Amino acid sequence: MKLKDFFRNGVHPPEMKELTASSKTRRIPFPSEVVLPLSQHIGAPSVALVREGDRVERGDVIAEANGYVSVPLHASVSGTVSKIARGPHPNGSFSPAIFIKVDQFSAQEPRPRMIPDWHDLDTKQLLQAIQDGGLVGLGGAGFPTHVKLAPPPDQKIDVVLLNGCECEPYLTTDHRSMVEYPHRVHLGTRIMMRALGVKKAILGIENNKPDALEIMRKTVPSDLDIEIVGLNVKYPQGAEKMLIKALIDREVPEGGLPMHVGAVVQNVASVATIAEIFETGLPLVERILTVTGRGLNKPRNLIVPIGTKLRDLIAACGGLADDAAEVIMGGPMMGPAQGNLDTPILKGTSGVVVLNQAEARPEAVYPCIRCGHCLDACPVFLNPQAMGSLGLNMEYKEMQTDLHLDTCMLCGCCSYVCPSKIPLSHIFGVARAQLAAEARK
Amino acid sequence: MTEPQFLVRATPHLSGPESTPKIMWTVVFSLIPVVAVSFWFFGPSALLIQAAAVLGALIPEHYTGHKGSLRDGSAVITGVLLGLTLPPGMPLWMAFLGGFFGVAFGKLIFGGLGQNVFNPALLGRAFLQAAFPVAITTWPSQTGSWWSLRGDNFAWPLMSPQVVDGSTGATPLGLFKFEKQSTEFLDLLLGTTSGSVGETSGLVILACGLFLALRNYLNWRIPASICATVFSFSGILWLFDSEAFASPFFMLFSGGLMLGAFYMATDMVTSPTTHKGCWIFGAGIGFLVVIIRTWGGLPEGVMYAILFMNAFVPFINRKTQPRVFGQAPPEKRGLPFMKKGGQA
Repeated sequence: MKLKDFFRNGVHPPEMKELTASSKTRRIPFPSEVVLPLSQHIGAPSVALVREGDRVERGDVIAEANGYVSVPLHASVSGTVSKIARGPHPNGSFSPAIFIKVDQFSAQEPRPRMIPDWHDLDTKQLLQAIQDGGLVGLGGAGFPTHVKLAPPPDQKIDVVLLNGCECEPYLTTDHRSMVEYPHRVHLGTRIMMRALGVKKAILGIENNKPDALEIMRKTVPSDLDIEIVGLNVKYPQGAEKMLIKALIDREVPEGGLPMHVGAVVQNVASVATIAEIFETGLPLVERILTVTGRGLNKPRNLIVPIGTKLRDLIAACGGLADDAAEVIMGGPMMGPAQGNLDTPILKGTSGVVVLNQAEARPEAVYPCIRCGHCLDACPVFLNPQAMGSLGLNMEYKEMQTDLHLDTCMLCGCCSYVCPSKIPLSHIFGVARAQLAAEARK
Repeated sequence: MTEPQFLVRATPHLSGPESTPKIMWTVVFSLIPVVAVSFWFFGPSALLIQAAAVLGALIPEHYTGHKGSLRDGSAVITGVLLGLTLPPGMPLWMAFLGGFFGVAFGKLIFGGLGQNVFNPALLGRAFLQAAFPVAITTWPSQTGSWWSLRGDNFAWPLMSPQVVDGSTGATPLGLFKFEKQSTEFLDLLLGTTSGSVGETSGLVILACGLFLALRNYLNWRIPASICATVFSFSGILWLFDSEAFASPFFMLFSGGLMLGAFYMATDMVTSPTTHKGCWIFGAGIGFLVVIIRTWGGLPEGVMYAILFMNAFVPFINRKTQPRVFGQAPPEKRGLPFMKKGGQA
């Protein structure tokens, strides 16, 4: 078997996946309250349809899509809407959210509904069903799935790429999705291929997940052209552009999207949810989630309602260890740290990582010694060293015009390798935010 | 549940195993074999010279550098490297002054670690070469026992050192340039020639340099490029006239070339950050070394070659920006310094 990797550069952080790699996903008791922020995806936030005091059942629409690049939001639990107010959001802001008090005596059964047979639907109906299901990418960015599956007519898509890399350390969400629900992944792929009119799919899995590779190979339906490729472990292989380079050796042009090179990329957990809405009829109200880290007593994989608070997740995993120091939503390379345990998980939250004090130790920052290690790490061949020194002088415009700031994925490879511990990717994030704020003026 | 105070840090939350002090101190420790060999060949004088140069480098760093910057090890490197490039018989106060000048005027006035344009150790040596041209080109040979000093190390400042007549031996490069005498290749390889304290044993420096290259603490492209250029350029000259020009092997292992290629030119701060830039930088040094050694007034030119190319580093960096992922072919792009594409 030929192993591929995406190109030169990239980094190898400690994988730490052994904490939860073999832990079977399981449900936890429903929490007493869930918080559902209206903005859980890229695009316009949903518009609330319920009012305070309304009774909702699990799976009911509580907020509708606001335009095309938007999806509805569903009640992830049965209960009563306790308030509609600003609540903590993982991005650090307080944003409008629907709070639902869980009915402790409810069976949490969704209302009976008609489940459409996807074979009978034409492409338009299929996409409508996917949008109505509230589906977004579960990998973190939360791009609405139905938009991804409807490229403009002048873009010819010839391949669907399935992302089973899960290159972030610690996380095993996609891993467990593949091991426990391989049929859903395959069915979801089938639906995606049908919606796009594509005959070929390639699934890339990093070879630190041999069980997933084996199961996916064994279960692939004979009539479906899904090629399953083992990839060398390297961060950030799960980034769209890197995966496209690794699997089909095409380079997404600067400022372009995967569709510009004829590919659609979706991570396997998101693909499985496509199958789920046609299997169970239930919209996206729960997700697989890894709650892990050495700052937790019992790391494990869970299936939890969207909107569950960090506090409840941590309690379900044996509580915090004595030396817990930092709570991260998402992976430790790109996920934001959380200071408030009342923050809920979103549709796109792929994990919760609690680092202990030894891992989160603050390091002394030294001046840049121009070693060039960041240039050797950058997966998109930027010059983080030069951008960093411009950034510290707040020369944001030059970073954008001369040094391709917009191509940066903020993957954090440069900060990871920097011997002087300069927070390069953070500087780039600040520069981008500043430029975006100036552009809005 | 009593909640601890959580850290809220910027991403990424993990950081790699390398750190700047670790790199610096590893470079210092990698020099131990070179220092040991210098002690073996030149006796106590070698250690005295290096101690004086290190002391000279530490004092300005301690008093005017950033707080705690002694601990990052960069001043120690400057001192040791400078000491290795000085002749064993040099008065100690001169070595001290060289270290002082190198750190104070080569590094600190630019703003300290990471800000300097020129290699501080070589700048210190250039200062000594200009200020004390005789002392820095006097190569005393062993007269008494191994324990005896190789020159008037303890001369008072500003007094002329006493040189015992007939006890000086020229370096291989000097012998070749002024007397057309070549040196046995084995002597050059092992270091049993006269010369600066730490530059004579090419083999030991090569081994230490390879260790650093394997750890990725120096960019192997720079020494590779220097050696390849020196070898091929001097090889062509040698094939043209093997009487007038030195053989390429002699060029590679004589003088300070190995020390310069592995430890001076690869100073991270003063070398290019791009791979392609490193090849160009090394090639420039290689050409200048051969030109100065062959046609210049001095027998040795490694120091000036590196300092000269140091000045070009910002320019080289700018001209060798890597091609960004997904960037259109260079012709279609209007950015003037992006004309050359492709990270080597």
